[in-house]
Amino acid sequence: MIEAQRQGGFIIFLTFVVALVLTMIPLPDWGEAMRPEWVALVLIYWCIALPLRVGVFIAWFVGLFLDVASGALLGQNAIALAFVAYLAIKLHLRIRLFPLWQQAMSVLVLVALYQMITLWIKGMIGATTQGWSYWLHSVSSMFLWPVVFTVLRFLRRNYKVR
Amino acid sequence: MAIDHRQHHLESIRSTLSLFIYPLQYAVSLPFSAADWAGDKLSTRENLLEENAQLRTQQKLLMAQLQKLSALKVENIRLRELLKSSKNITEHVLIAELLAVDLEPFTRKIVVNKGSGDEVYRGQPLLDAEGIMGQIIHVNPFSSTAMLITDPNHAIPVHVNRNGLRAIALGTGAPDVLDIPYLPNSADIEVGDLLTSSGLGGRFPRDYPVATVTTVVKDPSKPYAVVKAKPTALLETSREVLLVWSQESPRYAAADANKQETSDGSTPNGSTASEETSRAEINP
Repeated sequence: MIEAQRQGGFIIFLTFVVALVLTMIPLPDWGEAMRPEWVALVLIYWCIALPLRVGVFIAWFVGLFLDVASGALLGQNAIALAFVAYLAIKLHLRIRLFPLWQQAMSVLVLVALYQMITLWIKGMIGATTQGWSYWLHSVSSMFLWPVVFTVLRFLRRNYKVR
Repeated sequence: MAIDHRQHHLESIRSTLSLFIYPLQYAVSLPFSAADWAGDKLSTRENLLEENAQLRTQQKLLMAQLQKLSALKVENIRLRELLKSSKNITEHVLIAELLAVDLEPFTRKIVVNKGSGDEVYRGQPLLDAEGIMGQIIHVNPFSSTAMLITDPNHAIPVHVNRNGLRAIALGTGAPDVLDIPYLPNSADIEVGDLLTSSGLGGRFPRDYPVATVTTVVKDPSKPYAVVKAKPTALLETSREVLLVWSQESPRYAAADANKQETSDGSTPNGSTASEETSRAEINP
C-alpha cells in the first residue's frame, strides 16, 4: 500500500546531487565564508516534508558522499547529518506549521548544531578553525532557507514526490 | 571515524565512493576549464606571437642554466661516489591539472586529475614551478586529494638556504603564511631568507624552495622567536602542478620503466641524469 504511493525518488536524488555540486563550486574567499550548507538544507527540507522517505539512513549515506567530496574525515559529515535528520524528523510536525521566517529560525538552530558536531570532530583530530566566521555558514543557510523551501516545494508538488 | 583518522583502513571505501563523486567534480570544474580553453582559442595572433617570443627567450635562458646544472649534477654524483654516500638526486615528474572544486572550508586541500592509474601514491610530494606545494593524502582511481603546505595540519621540514639551519614550517590555514616555531632567539634567521626543503623525514625531495621569511620578531621575554614565512609556490593560482617521483618512493621501481617514456619529454634532464647514475655505478 505504502510502496505503491512512493514516487519521485529520482527528484530527491537529483536535489541531493545539485546540493553536492553547489557545495563544490569554487567561490572567492568571501563567498566561501558565506556558503550555505546546501546539503543540510536540502536534507532538512525532505525530512520535514517526507519523514517516511528520507531519514537518518539516507542522511548518513549522503553525508559519506559529502565527506568524500569535501576531503573531510570519512564519517564526519555523515554523523552530523544523521543527527540533524533525526532532530528534523522528531520536530517535523511542529516545524511544518511555522511561518516561513520562524522555520528559518529553526533551520538556523539545526544547521548550527550540524556545524557544532563537525566542529567537535575537527577539534578532536586537531584541525583548527578560524573564529567566529565559521558560524556564518549557519546564518547564510538561514537566509537562504525561504528560497530553498519554495524551490523544493515547487519541485515536490510539480513532480508529485510522495 | 577514528579508524579513518588513525589507521587509514577505509581508504578503499573512500576511493570507491569517490568514483561517484569524480563525475560531479569534473562537471563542476568543466566551466572553468572551458573558459580557459576558450581564452586560449580566442587570443589574438599578436598575443600569441608575443607570448611565443617570451617563452623562447625564457627557454633559452633555462636551457643555458640546465647545461650548467647537468654538469654540476654529474660532478656532484662523482663527489658523492668519492665520499661513498649513496644519495640519489634523480627524480621524475608528471604534470597534473587541478580540478576547480572547493573542499572543506578552513582547510587547504586541492584535487588533482591524476590518480592511482598514474601510479600516484600517498604522501607523494607536489610541486609547481616556484616551489613545493604540498603532498598527496588520498589517492582515488582517477583523481587524488592533496594537502597544501598551508593547511593547519601540515608540517614540512626545512632548512635555511643561507646557513643550513634546520626548522619546521607549519601551515596556519591562511593562504600565504607559514609558521616557523621552536627557533631560539639566538637563531641566525633574517627576513628574506629562503627556506628550502631539508629532505629530513624522507617525504619531500631535498633542496626545493618552500618559503621566504617575511617577519622575525625576537622578544627576549619569550623562549622562542616568532618567525613567519610566505610560501614561494603559487598555492592559490597554480592550475598545473608537478607530481614528483623520487628514487626512494615505494612505487618507483615499478614505475621506473613506464616513467622513462612518459616523462621523457617533460624531463629530459631527469632521464639523462639517471643514466649518468647507472653509468657511474657501473664504472666508479
